Amino acid sequence: MNIVVCVKYVPDAQADRTFNASDNTTDRANVDGLLSELDEYAVEEALKIVEAGEGEVTVVTVGPDQASDAIKKALQMGADKGVHVNDDAIHGSDAIATSLVLAEAIKKIGMPDLVVTGMASTDGTMGVVPTMLAERLGVPAVTFASELTVSGSGVSVRRDGDAASVTIEASVPCLVSVTDQINEPRYPSFKGIMAAKKKPVEQWTLADLGLDASQVGLANAWTAVQSFEARPPRAVGTIVKDEGDGGAKLAGFLSERKFI
Amino acid sequence: MAEVLVLVDHVDGTCRKTTSELLTIARRLGEPSAVFVGAGYDTAAPTLAAFGAEKVYRADSDALTAYLVVPQAELLAQLVERVQPAAVLIASSAEGKEVAARLAVKVGSGLITDAVDVQSDGNGGVVTTQTAFAGGYTVRATVTKGVPVIAVKPNSAPPEQVSGAAAVEAVDYTPSALAQGARIAASTPRARTGRPELTEAAIVVSGGRGTGGDFSKVEAFADSLGAAVGASRAAVDAGWYPHTSQVGQTGKQVSPQLYVACGISGAIQHRAGMQTSKTIVAINKDDEAPIFELVDFGVVGDLFAVLPAATDAVQASKG
Repeated sequence: MNIVVCVKYVPDAQADRTFNASDNTTDRANVDGLLSELDEYAVEEALKIVEAGEGEVTVVTVGPDQASDAIKKALQMGADKGVHVNDDAIHGSDAIATSLVLAEAIKKIGMPDLVVTGMASTDGTMGVVPTMLAERLGVPAVTFASELTVSGSGVSVRRDGDAASVTIEASVPCLVSVTDQINEPRYPSFKGIMAAKKKPVEQWTLADLGLDASQVGLANAWTAVQSFEARPPRAVGTIVKDEGDGGAKLAGFLSERKFI
Repeated sequence: MAEVLVLVDHVDGTCRKTTSELLTIARRLGEPSAVFVGAGYDTAAPTLAAFGAEKVYRADSDALTAYLVVPQAELLAQLVERVQPAAVLIASSAEGKEVAARLAVKVGSGLITDAVDVQSDGNGGVVTTQTAFAGGYTVRATVTKGVPVIAVKPNSAPPEQVSGAAAVEAVDYTPSALAQGARIAASTPRARTGRPELTEAAIVVSGGRGTGGDFSKVEAFADSLGAAVGASRAAVDAGWYPHTSQVGQTGKQVSPQLYVACGISGAIQHRAGMQTSKTIVAINKDDEAPIFELVDFGVVGDLFAVLPAATDAVQASKG
């Protein structure tokens, strides 16, 4: 089974993430980035499927020069090859445009049996690109998989919803997005790190995908961020040490604020 | 006045609270038209009328409930092309966001998800408010192309009753082949806890590593307040509480009137899910836990001593 995994290079959630004041886009230059943590689960799941059978795992990303780090990490974990779509015109693209670029990249790679993604990026966190991508590829999408089983002609997925735990079956080709419950991503081994240096990574521009700058980027986005403001720091609260009266003091606070 | 389509969020006709919130928001933008998919319409009808739906587009086909998201997106796309609404409002749940994502691509529209406020811009457009970067920023955004498709979070507007005509129009819908590509093969309902839903609750009480796996005191305190119970990622990863109760970046993002964190240190992963709560309370043994930077009221102490005493005090106050 051939699998394409879509990954994203994101600003580190542990750092002070912010926006570019000039154009209201995410600041990706002044904050250290890395492979989105949630995408590691997608890479791991793809590797497990291929290791248990046959086929290869191709990792694709859309992003600036530094995004090659996200591909490198996935190759170190064990993916076979990478595709990096990198074009200045893509800067500021929204989810609709990102899904367009990913869809064209996957068509150029050759439609795989399975496309695997994380449940959402850790920066934008909308979680809609996987579904948009499936729509553009004309395939079913099964999102938020907590368990994934591959059979001959399809996949079976367990999704833990609020009201029920549901088993969903889909035919291949299809797209599956996975949660952080599905597996425990491996750390790259020394051997994996060395092997990754020799793995092929294609560099593609919009032109290579038959796309035009007018279809992507900030100026052509379907949505626009009008303004952003940092959440004001919360006022310093009252902190008491429990000396046998902590519970009563807590209830007193709740009563004062009319919660009881 | 242009119509505003609202996809009704319901379980067998029982409307979720988000439905009345979305209808209330729709009135700011135009004339609300509910889109009701599936069985149980008679149960839903009074709610839709009470919150101002002038029209109801009703489709009841087995395909709409047997398959996943695609049929609902196809039905909405059909309506958007015919009605040319001012906007489409959908609940920002996992399923709602998927319907919205497919719809936006189908009709060439911009999509905004996780909106916590939606207002008219006064010129027929829509301005939304979302939080970004773990709740650290507030962002205002607009849709610049196509019919705005907006996925709105629960508790984004106080529902206001205004009676509407709720004139029903049956809609014919035939699913495409793609719509039948993924199907629900089995479903195991969760045991009902009797507690409110996490994302809709006015009060949430959460437990973390400090519970050591014993949530009984957290649950008892939650029940005394009529609250939902949440859990930190550490507690979920340890297998102490189900993932569907996880509050945080990879779980639920909640914004209740009151959030009580018990034995939770307050890592960025957790803050992303709760720091927009109106009032925050924490109980933690470690007086240097980062959660105390966020609180309105904090108790440094053992939750196994503090919570039972607080529960008793809450019960006593009820008389």
